[in-house]
Amino acid sequence: MPKTKINIKNISYFYGEKQALNNVTLDVPEKEITVFFGPAGGGKTTILRLINRLNDLVEGTKLEGKIYVDGRDIYSPETNVPDLRRQVGMVFALPLPLPGTVRENVLYGPMLAHINGRAQEDEILYRSLSQAALWDEVKDRLDDPASELSGGQQQRLCIARSLALEPDVLLLDEPTSGLDPISTAKVEESLFALKEEYTIIIVPHSIQQAGRVADRAAFFLMGELIEYKPGKELFTNPQQEKTEDYITGRFG
Amino acid sequence: MKKRYLTQKVGFSLLVIAALVVVLPILLVIGIIVARGIGAIDWTYLTTMPLEGMKEGGIFPAILGTLLLTLGTAVAAIPVGVGGAIYLSEYARDTVLTRAIRLAIINLAGIPSVVYGLFGLGLFVLFLNFGTSILAGSLTLAIMTMPIIISSAEEALRAVPTEFRTVSASLGGSRWQGIRHIVLPQALPGIITGVILGLLRAAGETAPILFTVAAFYLPRLPRSIFDQTMALPYHLYVISTQVPGMPVQMQYGTALVLLIFVLSLNIFASVIRSYYRRKREW
Repeated sequence: MPKTKINIKNISYFYGEKQALNNVTLDVPEKEITVFFGPAGGGKTTILRLINRLNDLVEGTKLEGKIYVDGRDIYSPETNVPDLRRQVGMVFALPLPLPGTVRENVLYGPMLAHINGRAQEDEILYRSLSQAALWDEVKDRLDDPASELSGGQQQRLCIARSLALEPDVLLLDEPTSGLDPISTAKVEESLFALKEEYTIIIVPHSIQQAGRVADRAAFFLMGELIEYKPGKELFTNPQQEKTEDYITGRFG
Repeated sequence: MKKRYLTQKVGFSLLVIAALVVVLPILLVIGIIVARGIGAIDWTYLTTMPLEGMKEGGIFPAILGTLLLTLGTAVAAIPVGVGGAIYLSEYARDTVLTRAIRLAIINLAGIPSVVYGLFGLGLFVLFLNFGTSILAGSLTLAIMTMPIIISSAEEALRAVPTEFRTVSASLGGSRWQGIRHIVLPQALPGIITGVILGLLRAAGETAPILFTVAAFYLPRLPRSIFDQTMALPYHLYVISTQVPGMPVQMQYGTALVLLIFVLSLNIFASVIRSYYRRKREW
């Protein structure tokens, strides 16, 4: 197994009284695609949002356990949260371009990090849009409003927007749930290219997609981690009955 | 069938009448003021001092006074009001304290303006010793205006989808960066509209300035913010009730000038609102 990028240790998480995660422990390897899948309400999105501390924005929650990125406890008081979020990028289920042009969207993160200068900006635009497999489609439309792109293009723009910060980790929460099959294929294609350089965690929008992209797969059910192993093994030879039932479509 | 058709006709007619009843008085007020006041307005009326105990000459000091008071109100009320709205919408958690603050704001909006006038007299004129002055009047009007600005600005900020804040945070933005670069620009038209509506109210009020700034008859321009000034609403009150033998046309002329001032601010607010609404991308 390659080097571990993220250790999740004994995580339990509560929204008020409601428990969303129960004692989850798993290690995410570097530069692979790890899939978190399972039925709705299983805690997949919650765990993604814990890894870049986005759930800090939600009031009335409680976290037990530890999460380490590169061996550093990200919930320790020394953590610089904006820096963590630059290191651990996130793409959401619904493509949500910020108000403004394609260019402004891609450069929003770098602007906040005070990276500017024409040459550097052009380099970031080209690199991140190419990585998201969008450059050819928008290279003549960089100054058009981002809202005028198609849904699939908007989602790849959101990926490019995260990549502009050169993160190590990319978290994708059902990034293709609103997309047609062709756009979905394009997004998946760019994911395969990206795993050369990035550690990717994705919550897929279907089991088929989970099977297609997973190097490793974790099955979540009702806030518990049921099974976690290399994707090929898990999808062909699940050890847990619940996993098998879900994969074969007996519930979910 | 026929009966139902008739009922519908009657129903519609009643609704049309109801709508007319709302609009008609406004049109009448505007119509009468324009018809009777337009004759008074000429360059001299707008740009010269009042003469002969206000029965002749112009109303320039009152126009300038109202402009200055509105400006002073804006300078004092906008930063505090918008700042307060940003705090309430973006930072404050839902606690007993913030609920008390919201309740206070709602109640402040319902206080009669003469009470603000007395408050201003007590605090600014007497206690802080500003005297009857533009400063005291502006601050009094600002306090009266602030609840309007805060509540409309807070509403405009809350109307910006939460997801934008989340996206900004996920790209390494601090809370303030998200507000400054995304939330505020999106909420700006709503905020501007609220600010203008608040200032409109301030510009037309008589009671709050009665004890704090307004001069009965001061045929010269104010020399500093510690000076008194005439103002349109109070001048109108004075020449309508306190000056015997006042030419009617001059009374309506003053009313017309005040009306034009307030209406043009109002139209300005509508233009801004519709311009930005078309530009909005979500």
